[in-house]
Amino acid sequence: MRIDTRTVNGVTVLDIHGKVTIGEGSVEIRNKVRELLGEGNKNILLNLGDVSYVDSSGIGELVSSFTTVTNQGGQLKLVNLTRRLRELLAITKLLTVFDCYEDEDTAVQSFS
Amino acid sequence: MESEQITGQDRVTNGEVEIFFGSRFGYLDLIQDFSEAIGRWVGFDEDSRYWIGLSIRESVTNAIQHGNKLDESKKVSVRFQIMPDRLVICVQDQGEGFDDSEIPDPLDPENLLKPSGRGIFYVRSFMDDVRYRALPGGGLEMRMEKRLDHQKEGDENEN
Repeated sequence: MRIDTRTVNGVTVLDIHGKVTIGEGSVEIRNKVRELLGEGNKNILLNLGDVSYVDSSGIGELVSSFTTVTNQGGQLKLVNLTRRLRELLAITKLLTVFDCYEDEDTAVQSFS
Repeated sequence: MESEQITGQDRVTNGEVEIFFGSRFGYLDLIQDFSEAIGRWVGFDEDSRYWIGLSIRESVTNAIQHGNKLDESKKVSVRFQIMPDRLVICVQDQGEGFDDSEIPDPLDPENLLKPSGRGIFYVRSFMDDVRYRALPGGGLEMRMEKRLDHQKEGDENEN
C-alpha cells in the first residue's frame, strides 16, 4: 500500500494505492491520519479509487481513522469507493456512518 | 510438457485439494489467489469468486491470528472439496478454539464503530453455510459452503 498526500482548497487528500489488508500496512492510514491531526489538518479526504483490495481489517482501519478524526473535532470523508468496498461498508451499516462522495470536487466542497 | 487446458473428462468435478502453511499473514494473498482459481474451476461467476476468496481470506486470518495466535510453528490447513454443484472449504487451526456465540454483533449500534469484529460476519454474509467444530486433537475447523445454484442476483452486473 502507498499513500500520497496533497492539499486541495484546505482539504488534505490522501490518495490510497493498493491493498488495505491485514499485514499489508493497514495501520499506515491510521498513522498518517494521526500525523495530519498533529499538524493541525482536520479536514481529511480519503481517495480510495486506486485501492485494489480491502478486507475486514482494512474496513476496521477506515473506521478507526474516522473515529480518531471525529474525536478531535475534524472531518474524515471518503471518495471514489469501488463497488465492492461500497458493498463491504453497506452490509456492516457503515455507509450510513461515512460521508461518501462520487467525485472529488463535490467531496472537497462539502468541507466548506 | 505441452501446456494444454484440461477439459472434458480430465476435468475434476469431484475432488479434494489441501494446503498447509505456517501461521503468517504473508500467505494470505497466495491462498486467496488459489481460492479464486478453484472458484473459477468449479464455475462460479466473477463476483462469487471474489467473495469466496475474501471469505477464505477472513477465515484464514482468524485461524492465524485468533486460533494459532501468530505462532509460526502452528499450521493452518485449507481443504477445498470440489463438487459438481458446490465448493466446500474447511479451514483448520491448531489453537484453543473459541465460542462463536461470544462474537459481538457488528451491526449492534454500540459496536458499529469498533475497529474489529467484522471478519466472521462477512464470511456469513457471502457464503451459503458456515459451521464450526472443535477438532478432536485440539484446534478449530471452520467449514464454509458455497453452492453454484445460489449465485446472488445481479452478479452479472459488473462495473
